[in-house]
Amino acid sequence: MDISLQQVGYLYAKDSPFEKRALQDVTATIPSGSYTSIIGHTGSGKSTLLLHLNGLLKPSEGIVQIGDTMITAQTKGKKMKEVRNHVGIVFQFPEHQLFEETVEKDIMFGPINFGVPKEEARARAHELVKLLGLPDDVLQKSPFELSGGQMRRVAIAGVLAFKPSVLVLDEPTAGLDPKGRKEIMELFHHLHKTESLTTILVTHSMEDAARYSDRILVMHEGTAVMEGTPEEIYSLEDQLHSFRLSVPRSVRFQRQIEKMSGQRFDRIALTEDTLAQELAKAIARKGERPC
Amino acid sequence: MKEIASMHHVEFSYDMEEEESSPMSTKALNNASFTLYEGEWLAVVGHNGSGKSTLAKLLIGLMFPSSGEVHLFSERLSEENLWETRSRMGIVFQNPDNQFVGSTVQDDVAFALENNGVPYDMMVKRVQEALEQVKMKDYINHEPHHLSGGQKQRVAIAGALAMHPELLILDEATSMLDPQGREEVIEIVKKLRSEINLTVLSITHDLEEVLLADRILVMNEGQVLMVGTPQEIFQQGTELEKVGLDLPFALRVSELLRATGVELQGNHMTEEELVNELWTFHFSK
Repeated sequence: MDISLQQVGYLYAKDSPFEKRALQDVTATIPSGSYTSIIGHTGSGKSTLLLHLNGLLKPSEGIVQIGDTMITAQTKGKKMKEVRNHVGIVFQFPEHQLFEETVEKDIMFGPINFGVPKEEARARAHELVKLLGLPDDVLQKSPFELSGGQMRRVAIAGVLAFKPSVLVLDEPTAGLDPKGRKEIMELFHHLHKTESLTTILVTHSMEDAARYSDRILVMHEGTAVMEGTPEEIYSLEDQLHSFRLSVPRSVRFQRQIEKMSGQRFDRIALTEDTLAQELAKAIARKGERPC
Repeated sequence: MKEIASMHHVEFSYDMEEEESSPMSTKALNNASFTLYEGEWLAVVGHNGSGKSTLAKLLIGLMFPSSGEVHLFSERLSEENLWETRSRMGIVFQNPDNQFVGSTVQDDVAFALENNGVPYDMMVKRVQEALEQVKMKDYINHEPHHLSGGQKQRVAIAGALAMHPELLILDEATSMLDPQGREEVIEIVKKLRSEINLTVLSITHDLEEVLLADRILVMNEGQVLMVGTPQEIFQQGTELEKVGLDLPFALRVSELLRATGVELQGNHMTEEELVNELWTFHFSK
């Protein structure tokens, strides 16, 4: 499902003394099946933008197009529900939204609300628990008996339960320990591929954006300022700095070595693995040259 | 070295009534002992559920151990001396939005002073001082809610500092901040440590923060797995990965380099060390 934003603007508390512009002239495309990361400094408009992607906010100006549905300032609420059927959002700390008596009921809640028959919803809950790597016996437990990491997985299952084709993730790993972070990110990457999702990740981690996404959208002061592949975006270090962002650590390290040794690597080291490989190559080249 | 805080064979479980089989009945702390010395920065690390937050809660007397003892400022912590003891420490929690009471930055910093009946003139002076220390003096009349995450946490630190604490506890104080906010807070803690005699206990997942500490305490399944300098702790390498911890960037890259056949002399904690070795042994020849 392609998503496109055409000159989207948004004002909080429009026409009141507290009116505050959050988005201005945002134009961007998120192609179907892509994994797009949205990066930007705190207050850059990332979160406001994200709320437009499943119709929680309507643009004050411009057009948000999600698949065949067009949303403008005039769009009626009913049409927005249609969008929500296709776009699932995993908010920060999604486990705060758990409320049912059992994990099974919690996961079933969404689909039932969207009119899925009870037995089908139940079957989905059972599938999802497996897919997210949770033990079978959690289904009959209270979500509040589980560990933090498990609760988060249950909450994510609740979003996946109505089979969205677009999955929007708002800092899904906030507050998790390093191992939990990696597990959750790998899980989304796996889901992205196996369920052929369009994935949109809002993140502060340049490393995650570099590792997992195939496209990056940079937000700054309410507008989309850069759009491209991770290779393209992270090659423009000075420009990123002007938006108060940085490159992944591995790239920073690469630049330091390049400057010191006077030789350029063949490719940008978006991950630590690439960095190590390129470093080894550079060292080997150095060794071949006569002193 | 003077002792600031210590735990002696502390045991704690959240629900002792429940059956053995229930996951809740496992011990959150199991025979935990450690000592915190005056003037040191101790980082407590461990995966989610390892017991580090429980450790913090027992240290500030939000709960008491089922057995064992918690000592603060050379006295055993009890219901009787709890308030007196707490007035000697400052605590900054994880969520910057959950710890504001004042409607301006200076009101907020003054809150604890007011509660403790500090005279007005003294209060004004202390608030000024504390905001100066965290470099937030320019924001004295700002509304806390309009500050960035890093600024909010710095104000929270100022609130703690205004009480002239002997011990500052940071309970995942940087975990909800963006990279810039995290940097700001860490910078301030570093600065404070060089200026005043402050003992810091920080509970954290952030490895860069951990590397700045004097000692690291690793928690796992309610037990103190190891205590040592960053150098000593990170030498354990894969042992740490087993308990769900990450290794510093330079160390991970060193490992990957070795795997590709590049010879390295030492285990490097910081990027600087790794760059130096690569330069000396591999590029400058």
